[in-house]
Amino acid sequence: MIAAVFFYLFASICVASAFMVIAARNPVHSVLFLILTFVNAAGLFVLMGAEFLAMILVVVYVGAVAVLFLFVVMMLDVDFVELRQGVLNYLPIGALVGLVVLVELLLVLGGWAIGENVTAAITAPIPPAADVSNTAALGALLYTRYVYFFQAAGVVLLVAMIGAIVLTLRHKPYVRRQSIAEQNARSKASQLSVKQVRSGEGLSQGLQ
Amino acid sequence: MSDFNLVDFFWTWVWPLALIIIHSAAILVILMTVIAYVLYADRKIWAAVQIRRGPNVVGPWGLLQSFADLLKFALKEPVIPSGANKGVYLLAPLVSCVLALAAWAVIPVAEGWAVADINVGVLYIFAISSLGVYGIIMAGWASNSKYAFLGALRSAAQMVSYEVSIGFVIITVLLCVGSLNLGDIVAAQDTQFGLLGWYWLPLLPMFVVFFVSALAETNRPPFDLVEAESELVAGFMVEYGSTPYMLFMLSEYVAIMTMCSMGTILFLGGWLSPIPFPPFTWVPGVIWFSLKALALFFMFAMVKAFVPRYRYDQLMRLGWKVFLPLSLAMVVIVAGILQYTGWAVK
Amino acid sequence: MNQALQFPALQALYPEILLVVGAMALLMLGVFRGDRSTGAVNGFAVLLLVAAGILVCLQDGTASAFHGSFVSDPFARFLKVVALIGSAVTIVLATEFLSAPHRQRYEFAILIMLATAGMMVLISATDLIALYLGLELMSLSLYVIAALDRDSLRSTEAGLKYFVLGALSSGMLLYGSSLVYGFTGTVEFAGIAKAAQNGGLGLTFGLVFLFAGLCFKVSAVPFHMWTPDVYEGAPTPVTAFFASAPKVAAMSVFVRASMTAFPGIAEQWQQIIVFVSIASMVLGGFAGIGQTNIKRLMAYSSIGNMGYALIGLAAGSPDGVQSVLIYVSLYVAMTLGMFACIIAMRRADGPVEKIADLAGLARTKPAMAFFLAMLLFSLAGVPPLAGFFGKFYVFLAAMKAGLYTLAILGVLASVVAAYYYLAIVKIMYFDEPATPFEPMRGELKTVLAVSGLFVLLFFVYPAPLVEAAAAAAKSLF
Repeated sequence: MIAAVFFYLFASICVASAFMVIAARNPVHSVLFLILTFVNAAGLFVLMGAEFLAMILVVVYVGAVAVLFLFVVMMLDVDFVELRQGVLNYLPIGALVGLVVLVELLLVLGGWAIGENVTAAITAPIPPAADVSNTAALGALLYTRYVYFFQAAGVVLLVAMIGAIVLTLRHKPYVRRQSIAEQNARSKASQLSVKQVRSGEGLSQGLQ
Repeated sequence: MSDFNLVDFFWTWVWPLALIIIHSAAILVILMTVIAYVLYADRKIWAAVQIRRGPNVVGPWGLLQSFADLLKFALKEPVIPSGANKGVYLLAPLVSCVLALAAWAVIPVAEGWAVADINVGVLYIFAISSLGVYGIIMAGWASNSKYAFLGALRSAAQMVSYEVSIGFVIITVLLCVGSLNLGDIVAAQDTQFGLLGWYWLPLLPMFVVFFVSALAETNRPPFDLVEAESELVAGFMVEYGSTPYMLFMLSEYVAIMTMCSMGTILFLGGWLSPIPFPPFTWVPGVIWFSLKALALFFMFAMVKAFVPRYRYDQLMRLGWKVFLPLSLAMVVIVAGILQYTGWAVK
Repeated sequence: MNQALQFPALQALYPEILLVVGAMALLMLGVFRGDRSTGAVNGFAVLLLVAAGILVCLQDGTASAFHGSFVSDPFARFLKVVALIGSAVTIVLATEFLSAPHRQRYEFAILIMLATAGMMVLISATDLIALYLGLELMSLSLYVIAALDRDSLRSTEAGLKYFVLGALSSGMLLYGSSLVYGFTGTVEFAGIAKAAQNGGLGLTFGLVFLFAGLCFKVSAVPFHMWTPDVYEGAPTPVTAFFASAPKVAAMSVFVRASMTAFPGIAEQWQQIIVFVSIASMVLGGFAGIGQTNIKRLMAYSSIGNMGYALIGLAAGSPDGVQSVLIYVSLYVAMTLGMFACIIAMRRADGPVEKIADLAGLARTKPAMAFFLAMLLFSLAGVPPLAGFFGKFYVFLAAMKAGLYTLAILGVLASVVAAYYYLAIVKIMYFDEPATPFEPMRGELKTVLAVSGLFVLLFFVYPAPLVEAAAAAAKSLF
């Protein structure tokens, strides 16, 4: 009963804020609504008992990805109103394509009956929920049965990282860099010399 | 609904809900009082290091100073800059404050003494504290001021950077515990060796990384570039005054206490007694917990008093080039040791 | 929890693991030594690719790993060797490009290695997740190296175009995969084949989207629009890579998915393949005629060639698969030789890529002109050169499967395409010489000579390739 109340709360805020993401005039507001959507989706995960996924959603998407979004949107000062200028021209075509896809999907899904073994086959690798917490269950599956995909996805991310660096990093030759190791390696002997300065003679000799 | 029973209704719906509300209210009141004196302690310690007296006028030894400040902030007129984005401007301190307080829902100050004892407690705190950055970014952006915006940018980059190493520190501890439940983490440190069995000793490098990252995560000196007054006046808070400003200060100190409690739970054995036999074990756990958390806070305050502020590039270098490789290596080493010595939790 | 201690059987994956770990090690070398390590990284990368090839050759039988997500069978090994050769030769071809001071990027070889690892995952994929991950690993690396010459507007444009359209095609592929998964309840090819025996509207839908995504990767016709622009804009060695190894990998997964996951609804996908194949051949033939840029011409040539390769797939028989394998490997050999020539087209003031720049090559550089002419004749399908055999096997398979119209249209399209190949030969031999090119570098000479001789002498001893392809094809059925 309480779960149902919370479900409708999260779900309705989720849908409403998702709508606001595309409806808001100010792009920063859009991103903030996106964050609200994520947080409510996390709430829905918790209601389903997928607490680990919920937390990871918050940590990764809200805590890191959306921060970068917000950065970009704030810094670039994107004018969404200008971007939307041409929308009305393309709307009929877009709507038509959307409609066709929708009708096709309805046609396809209309005749969809889930085969008798499908559900069993899909859930077969999952350990029974009563025995392990869902964090342990996810870990046990991800690092044993699906370790190949896990590692492959890791390599994909590595490529993405290399790519971002290759395409954007430019070493500016005129920027002076601090070498901490060099600084720490300095000793008194190499950096400091004591000179006796006689009055009236100045520092002209003996100091380079 | 013919067999509607008021007594049943009370015991199944109203009472549990009321219990949660009472719990939450109790923890909030206690927390606020503690924060008031933590603030006072912070100023006193700082003053003592600088051979000053610190607040000493309001009440005996200045003990009521924080409450006087509270009154002052609450009674002042809030000013909203004309170019500010009003909604976001006012939302920012609320977001900061609510998120900082929400973390306390899961912190067990003694065995079983938590509002919510959830399975993924550590992750919850981590997630909530990673959201703290939004208050700052929103404030910086909505103020429509360059100082504020620069401060917000700095803080976002800083908090995101140090979150990574905090995450790895947490993972190392979790590897040793085998559970994400905060209560289990404390219980796992309950050995016959007392304080030598807590994780600060076997995971000493990670404890240091955690402490420094916690300073950076809460924008405490020497990592307070966010509000560096000599460059940015007060950073993201420059346009704020009265109650909204107080909410920011409050959330900052609540976040600091959260980090101290996290440190206590992860590395200092939570509510456990340092010497595992009577009469020390008769002392209630909550006292041990508070003592440890306050000891950590004392360290926070001392660092503030005598470490000079980092430059921004040094801060980033420390986070990405020192802590990240170090903590990543420790995760691998700890996991390897646990796996090959068979100490891993089955 | 004891299962956590069991190490999965990895023997089947040694070549892939070698490549990925080697790429990471070279990455460390590059990061610490900076761009002056480019030469060393390139050298080690070629060595590692060769070593991976040897490891592939050492495997035998059919081994599968990770609950049937990865399989190493003769089919996979045949194509892996072809892809590895393509990648290794590309790095060799790129030596000159990477030697210019502002282009000393050690990341090139590393990205090629990771792309190759992606191809090998793709070639060995026996379920939809592995297929997608392999495809993304390959494509992501390709997007980056397309834009590698980041100070050149055309290169960055090529990279961006490729990325945007590639992301769209990946989306379609994923959409198709999710529909297939939804209707069959499994991502494994074998399971899909079992569940898909009777077909169904939804499954066909998923299949169409899946094939659309794959068509994009092999640049077959309705999804070919990126090819000419990307080929023209990307640096020439990168184009050489695009035209060779990734095509092999994408074609292999096309074949494996069609044959092992959807044999039950072969009639439905055959229609799609037949259409795509005819359209590719016709467009590749006609659109190439008006081109003046030789890299653009190669783009249309590759579109056409993928059309011919798809004829073999449309046949849907072991003969068909065998002909695809032969066609693809011969195509890679010819393409690499062609690109060795294109890279060698440089004057004192920089590289040129107009067809007209080849004028009178026979008088200024007779050897290069001869080999280039042989490669062009072979691409046109003139007997007794290698290209003829490729087409011969493909058409033969189509005839055996009763696809007479397809075979006849293929022959006609190849006559059209022959026009522009032969036009280049005419320019080289009968036009007045243009300014001569710079002398050809040693590694380009070697690649051109090997490729040219292979094409020229293939008819003398075709048995090893043909037999290996036959064995490989058999392992799918």
